[in-house]
Amino acid sequence: MSELAWIDAALTSARPQAVGALLRHFRDLDTAEEAFQEACLRALKSWPANGPPRDPAAWLIMVGRNAAIDGIRKRARHEPLPDEERISDLEDAEEAVAERLDGEDYRDDVLRLLFVCCHPDLPATQQIALALRIVSGLSVRQIAKAFLVGESAMEQRITRAKAKIAASGAAFGAPGAIERAERLAAVAAMLYLLFNEGYSAEADTAAARRPLCDEAIRLGRLLLRLFPAEPEIMGLTALMLLQHARSAARFDAEGQIVLLDDQDRSLWNRPMIAEGLALIDKALRHFRPGAYQIQAAIAACHARAATAADTDWRAIEALYATLEHIQPSPVITLNRAVAVSKARGPEEALAMVEPLGERLDGYFHFHGLRGALLLELERKDDARIAFNRAIALANTAAEAAHIRQHLDRLAGDATARKGAAG
Amino acid sequence: MLYAILCYNHEDVVSAWSQEEEDRVMGRLMRVQDGLAQQGRLGPVARLVPTTAATTLRKNGDQMLVLDGPFAETKEQLLGFYLIDCENLEGALDVARDLAKANPGTGSYEIRPVLLFHPNEGGLKVEAA
Repeated sequence: MSELAWIDAALTSARPQAVGALLRHFRDLDTAEEAFQEACLRALKSWPANGPPRDPAAWLIMVGRNAAIDGIRKRARHEPLPDEERISDLEDAEEAVAERLDGEDYRDDVLRLLFVCCHPDLPATQQIALALRIVSGLSVRQIAKAFLVGESAMEQRITRAKAKIAASGAAFGAPGAIERAERLAAVAAMLYLLFNEGYSAEADTAAARRPLCDEAIRLGRLLLRLFPAEPEIMGLTALMLLQHARSAARFDAEGQIVLLDDQDRSLWNRPMIAEGLALIDKALRHFRPGAYQIQAAIAACHARAATAADTDWRAIEALYATLEHIQPSPVITLNRAVAVSKARGPEEALAMVEPLGERLDGYFHFHGLRGALLLELERKDDARIAFNRAIALANTAAEAAHIRQHLDRLAGDATARKGAAG
Repeated sequence: MLYAILCYNHEDVVSAWSQEEEDRVMGRLMRVQDGLAQQGRLGPVARLVPTTAATTLRKNGDQMLVLDGPFAETKEQLLGFYLIDCENLEGALDVARDLAKANPGTGSYEIRPVLLFHPNEGGLKVEAA
């Protein structure tokens, strides 16, 4: 690995800790970010010459803090500045900072940094954009590319979000146990949003959005290192890993979506699956089930099946039933119905799906599943009506194309029947 | 003499590598391994799942405690390792408990799932001291 690539990776991985500590110190996002930026510039000058420090985060915090204080003094035209050596060659001070970093401060710093991005006044997309900018350090251009919007629009979005946070007076105090748990839950939800923003993509934009998934997983691992005994954080990280492991198999050469059952499982990423399964194993030992753990356990059922036919649909149905119990939602019932249709046939599944019509009438997947179940039951006319509803509600070209295949097959059947009758 | 080489690095830095960087590093490591294998000097090689997947069993007399996360104490030293095949984490913990029971006093057992494993069976032509 080249020296520069190593430094780049070290700066990226130290960023959440360093900006988090600087935010605690200065209580202002812009100042914290500028201080970190300055520290990075100095690192690029100093590290190749002097070798990388033992603890990059501690070095960046110390140098960033001193640089920002210098800047404040400069602007205030106060006393003379301390010279460069004082901040570039203070191994003892670095060690002292490193020692403090091991404590609770450090953990709460990163959590706070993520948490300020989850401000309830901010719409979800702004929360995510802000986290990518501040916590992950992605450039506005990179974020705009992943969100498929223009750079200036994204710049504006982030500036507005920052202004809102500054005006609201974010929580800079050390959190108590309950507050910490609440922050952790909010941050977990934001990470999953970030992941889904990258995951629910079409084939032609999948590559551009992929970094969002990678980043969500990286931040999930970071949270796990800070909170190693939280089963829901294990569950969340496992869920993201197990879903992301399938990304290479989700689209065919023409960019059509490939459903789970039809995916080429040799394309699944085995190291990600191994890590995800190991995390589920750890989470289960806590006997504190939660929505992320259950969804991860469902993804694990798929990951463990060598072929689609080997899938343990009964286990999946039981898991969806548990999920439905702790987090009632018609969409979850719909997913449970898929498992029921596989485990016990379309009739029972359709009976489960029909009552959801009122609440899910505007939902693509409801009509798609209903159509597929009706088709299995040979109720072709009803199936056609359902598929036509679905295609009108499709969110992406890939979804529409998938339903179009069913409709074409139904149309083909009808022509064949007419031909036979004539 | 057989030697074990244990590899340490910044996990968060390594996991921030791009796929291209990862492939380049793995390619260089494989060249080192191939050289050793040709000389009959390479035994099993393993890469571990990140420490976020680690669990630690700590033993103090008759007390046994399972902790999430990697081994974090600095007062004990690494004395050896086992590579075992288990159904799941619970199975691995059972084996660790048996080992702990067989040992007197205190001790810690860090349990790490293995990501990649090359047994290099028959590759090693030297016997342990």
